[in-house]
Amino acid sequence: MSGMVEKRGYGTWLTHAALIVGIAVICFPIWIAFVASTVTQEELIRPPMPLLPGPHFFDNYLEALLTGGVAPVWQMLLNSLVMALGITIGKIIISLLSAYAIVYFKFRFRMLFFWLIFMTLMLPVEVRIVPTYEVVASLGLLNSYTGLILPLIASATATFLFRQLFMTIPDELTEAARVDGAGPVRFFIDILLPMSRTNIAALFVILFIYGWNQYLWPLLITTDPSMNTVIMGIKQMLPTGDQTVEWPVIMATAMLAMLPPVLVVVGMQKLFVKGLVESEK
Amino acid sequence: MAEIRLEAIKKNYGRTEVIHGIDAEISDGEFIVIVGPSGCGKSTLLRMVAGLETITSGDIRIGDRIVNDLEPRERDIAMVFQNYALYPHMSVFDNMAYGLKIAKVPKAEIDSRVQEAARMLELEPYLDRKPRQLSGGQRQRVAMGRAIVRKPAVFLFDEPLSNLDAKLRVQMRLEIKALQRKLGVTAMYVTHDQVEAMTLADRMIVMNAGVAEQVGAPLDVYANPASLFVAGFIGSPPMNVLSHEIRPGREELDPGAVIGIRPEHIDLVAPGAGLIDFDVAFCEPLGAETLVHGVTAAGDKLVVRIDGADTLPADGVPMGLAIDQAHILAFDASGRRSEV
Repeated sequence: MSGMVEKRGYGTWLTHAALIVGIAVICFPIWIAFVASTVTQEELIRPPMPLLPGPHFFDNYLEALLTGGVAPVWQMLLNSLVMALGITIGKIIISLLSAYAIVYFKFRFRMLFFWLIFMTLMLPVEVRIVPTYEVVASLGLLNSYTGLILPLIASATATFLFRQLFMTIPDELTEAARVDGAGPVRFFIDILLPMSRTNIAALFVILFIYGWNQYLWPLLITTDPSMNTVIMGIKQMLPTGDQTVEWPVIMATAMLAMLPPVLVVVGMQKLFVKGLVESEK
Repeated sequence: MAEIRLEAIKKNYGRTEVIHGIDAEISDGEFIVIVGPSGCGKSTLLRMVAGLETITSGDIRIGDRIVNDLEPRERDIAMVFQNYALYPHMSVFDNMAYGLKIAKVPKAEIDSRVQEAARMLELEPYLDRKPRQLSGGQRQRVAMGRAIVRKPAVFLFDEPLSNLDAKLRVQMRLEIKALQRKLGVTAMYVTHDQVEAMTLADRMIVMNAGVAEQVGAPLDVYANPASLFVAGFIGSPPMNVLSHEIRPGREELDPGAVIGIRPEHIDLVAPGAGLIDFDVAFCEPLGAETLVHGVTAAGDKLVVRIDGADTLPADGVPMGLAIDQAHILAFDASGRRSEV
């Protein structure tokens, strides 16, 4: 990497100082949460607030994972993982298929369908949440993974993104595949999917975080604590009325809840960059 | 191996007819070039033979089958595209093997066919590379390799050389010709480049505005163009077109009618010594030959091709033109050849 940027004396110091300040501002709350997850309740509520980690890391994290608040955190993490993966994979598959249909097949009302999908971009989950709840409830899907995943699985954004991608793939390639004898399914699997892999990787990261961070929907439809997801679970652990709670355990839960999206970003980054370097154009 | 017959082929896009009924017979092993300006329907015609465009009316036969409603893969053809259309994520080997894999050819045979094609096209060192790691000429070869391995009855080429630089184009032109001879496969080749058409074709179809203006061997077409369009399109520089009669003892031409004479059938002589007089405007020395541009006494623009070794006439000097009258062609007001 050396030599990519010319050395500029004071300018370098200044930019680094600005970056360090920025990182400190963003990281400080996370650091506080981490510190809070390694001390005891007594240490935490006695001012001044500790700024260095204490010795109770394993106690607090084990308690969070195994006991938690209303449900053990490992179970909530698992629920979150299932929901996030379900939404991510489902969304990618559905939007790939619908974009494929819209771009490559001529059928009646094709543009109408495209605009219908496109218009749902303007409707966030919150706007349609009451009717969606009604539908899910009457289908008996409350407190189930299907109920958590299904209403969030269709994605106009991803469909639109894949549509734009497919439209940049030259027609001659499609025709070459036809001459080679590839039918629609083979063309999709052998040509389109490999050519979309960078976009799929990018979407995976974005959608996983989207799915993981869902709050309102799981809060509405999971009444059984064993179906809680971790993001809403944190909220359930907060004290109501004059309950006392173990703040270190809540902080440990928060740290655990932050971990998977970080892992996905870091893990997929390699694939993502590799894909970008290898990409055509 | 197969012959192709086109019978009254028409193509409409909505209400607009773009191909107005084309008949042609292409015999087994023949190299036929469809040439014409852009938008004349030549690519559409080729794509109809390939099965990538539907046929509005008429029949296409490949061998003894009518293929109008067959999918491209069922027509026993292979096509080379203008932009190569290689699969960017597959290696050269996989690009060539893809069609065979789909056709469920045994692996050992795929391997030997691809190796053979690679050897023929000098692509052996590149079989593991991706298309983006190849030069334009090599990509073009891979595209041809993909066509060869399928051992089709008919090769279809859609302007395959137009993305290459001039030098490579000449080289690949020769290679395509040699390859087609060697394999003995019937070939249909679309181009807008009349030099490619002249050099590659056993016979060519000159198309204009959805109509086949003339079908014939390149030199016949060159010497005996059926219409003013063909006369102007085939040959570079194009045939001179004069709207005034120059042959002695004849009446002036009918309104709209013209006569044509190729630049190489005119010689520069002293003023007054030729059939007509001519003022030199400027010269284009090309090395082996020189093109002399000027205006006749009657006001027609005209180009003369002289040997590159001859002394260049100065700009603006009057000269005479000696013209062999046997080479003068007459065209009527509609642009068709007329006998007078």
